[in-house]
Amino acid sequence: MNKKKTSYAWMIPVYAILIFWALTTIYPLGWVMMNSFKVKNEIIANSFALPTGELFTLANYKRAFDRVPIFGAYVNSLIVSGTVTFVVMALAGMASFALVRYQFRGSSFLMSVVVASMMFPAFSTIVPVFRMEASWGVVNSSNRWMSLFSCALPQVAGNLSFAIIVLSGYIRSLPLELEEAAFMEGCSALQIFGKIIIPLAKPSFATVAIFSFLWSYNDLFTQTFFLRLPKQWAITRLLKELTAMEGTNYGLMAAAVTIVIVPVIVVYACLQKYIIKGLTAGAIKG
Amino acid sequence: MIYKNKKPLVLFLVPAFAFMVVFLHYPFVMNIFNSFQKIGGLAAPSKGWLDPWYSNYTEMFQDKNVWIALKNTLLLMAATLIFEVGIALVLAILVDQIRIGAKFFRIVYFFPIVISATALGLLFNLIFLMDKGMVNQFMELFGYEGLIDWKAENRALVTMFIPVIWQYVGFYFVILLTGLNNIPADLYEVASIDGANRWQRIRYLTLPLLHNVLCTCVILATTGALKVFDLPWIMFPKGMPQNATWLTSTYMYYHSVETRNTDYGCALAVLIVALGIVAARVVNAIFKEKDY
Repeated sequence: MNKKKTSYAWMIPVYAILIFWALTTIYPLGWVMMNSFKVKNEIIANSFALPTGELFTLANYKRAFDRVPIFGAYVNSLIVSGTVTFVVMALAGMASFALVRYQFRGSSFLMSVVVASMMFPAFSTIVPVFRMEASWGVVNSSNRWMSLFSCALPQVAGNLSFAIIVLSGYIRSLPLELEEAAFMEGCSALQIFGKIIIPLAKPSFATVAIFSFLWSYNDLFTQTFFLRLPKQWAITRLLKELTAMEGTNYGLMAAAVTIVIVPVIVVYACLQKYIIKGLTAGAIKG
Repeated sequence: MIYKNKKPLVLFLVPAFAFMVVFLHYPFVMNIFNSFQKIGGLAAPSKGWLDPWYSNYTEMFQDKNVWIALKNTLLLMAATLIFEVGIALVLAILVDQIRIGAKFFRIVYFFPIVISATALGLLFNLIFLMDKGMVNQFMELFGYEGLIDWKAENRALVTMFIPVIWQYVGFYFVILLTGLNNIPADLYEVASIDGANRWQRIRYLTLPLLHNVLCTCVILATTGALKVFDLPWIMFPKGMPQNATWLTSTYMYYHSVETRNTDYGCALAVLIVALGIVAARVVNAIFKEKDY
C-alpha cells in the first residue's frame, strides 16, 4: 500500500481536471498555429475549422516576412542572448569558485551582496543605466553592434546574482580531493578552475545558461529601451512593433506568433528536463 | 591549503562584482537621485534639482493614475496569490495521486513559461478579440447571441489577469510537486493504517508538510506580480481603456519613455521598490516558515 493507491472512481475526476488544464495550455497554441494558415475573414467566420483545402493559405507568412525583418530579428536575438549567456556563465563561474573555495575576510559579506542584488527590479535601474550608456555613446547610436551590446550589458548584470547563487551551491558540493590531487601535480588555481571545476559543474552551468538565455530572449522591457532602430530589433521587440503596425490583420498576427514560438517549442521539446530544472532551480535552492 | 595563495582571488571576483556595481548598485542609487531632478527625456541632461526637491512624490499623491496603478497591482498580487498558487497546489496534489501521465502533465503545464509574454499577449489579443476571437466564437457555439467586448472598462482587469496568472501556474506547480515528492511515502502508509481517508491525509499530512514550500511560492508570487510588464503592455497599452488598466510597472514605463517625464518615472520606480519591500515584509510576517 502506498500513497498512490488506486481506486478507479476517484481517478476519473482527477484526470478530468488535469486534462482540462492541459488543454488550456495546449489548445490556444494549436489554435493560433491553425489560424495562421487562414485569411482574416475565415478566422472571423470559423476559427475552429482546420485549414485544409480552400481555407489553406501561406499569404500571412509571406506578408510577415515582407513587412518586417524577421530573420534579422532572429539573428539580433541570438547575438544579444548568446552574449548574455556566455558572459554570465564566465563571470558567475569565476566569482562562485572564488567565493566558495577561498577563505577571506568579507566573503560572507560579498555573498549577501549577491543575494541582495537579486531583489533589484529592472525598473529601478533602467533609466540611470540608459543615461550612463548614452553618455558613453553606446546607446542611441545607429551602429547595430553597439546597440545590441548596450542591450546585453544590463541583462548580464540582472542575471549575475542568480547565476552565482546556483553555481556556488553546486561547486560547494563538489569533493575537494580532485582539486587537491591537481594541486599536487602542480596546477595553478586558474588551471584547477578550467580543468576540474568547469567540467564537473557542467550540469549547473547548463542550468544557468538556459535561464539566462530564455530570460534575455523574452525580455521585452530592456529591449524597448535599448534597441531603437528597426534593424536593431530583437524578436520580442519586433513583435511589439508589429502589433502597432498591423494589429488588425489577424492572420498576420497569428503567423507572427507562430514564427516566434515554434523555435521555442522545438527547443523545449528537446531540453524540457533541463529547462524545467533550470527555471525552478533558484526558487527551490533559495 | 591549496587556496592559500590569495592572488588569483582578485582576478576571479573583480569582473562579476564590478559589473554588478556599475550596472546594478550605482544605477539604483542614481535612480533615487534622478527622481529629485528635472529630466526631460531618457538621455537628456539633468536641469538641476526640482523645486521643491520632493515635488515628484507630492505629485504622485495627487495623480489619479498612480492610485489606479497601485490598486491594480495589489489586486494582481492578491489574484496571483490565490489563483496562481491555488491552482498550482490543486494540480500538484492531483498529479501526485496518479501513476500514468505525471511526466506528461509536468511538461505541458510548465510549457507557457518558456514562451515570451509578448507573444502570449498577441495570442490573447486574438483569443479575446471582440469581433470575433476564440472566446466569443465559443460563446456562439453554445448559443450565446451577441459579442462581448472583453476589453471594456468593467472587464479589462479580469481579461488582463487571466493570461498573466495562467502563464505561471506551471512554475509553482513544479515547485510544489517537487515538495510533494520529498514527503516520504511511509507517512501516508501510517496515516491510512490509522484510518485517515484521502481528504484527511491531504489536510493533516500533505498541507502542513508543504508549508515551507508554499511559503516560498507565496513570496515568489507576490514579488513576481510587481515585475509583470510585457503582457499587460501588449494587451492594454497606455492604461487603455480610460486609464483602467495601469500597473505600477506600465505606468513607470509610460512616464520614463513616452511622456518624456523621466524624473517622474524614476520616482515611480522608487515606489515599485518600496512596494516590493513592504509586500515581502507583510508576506513574511503572515506566512512564517516553520520547523517541524
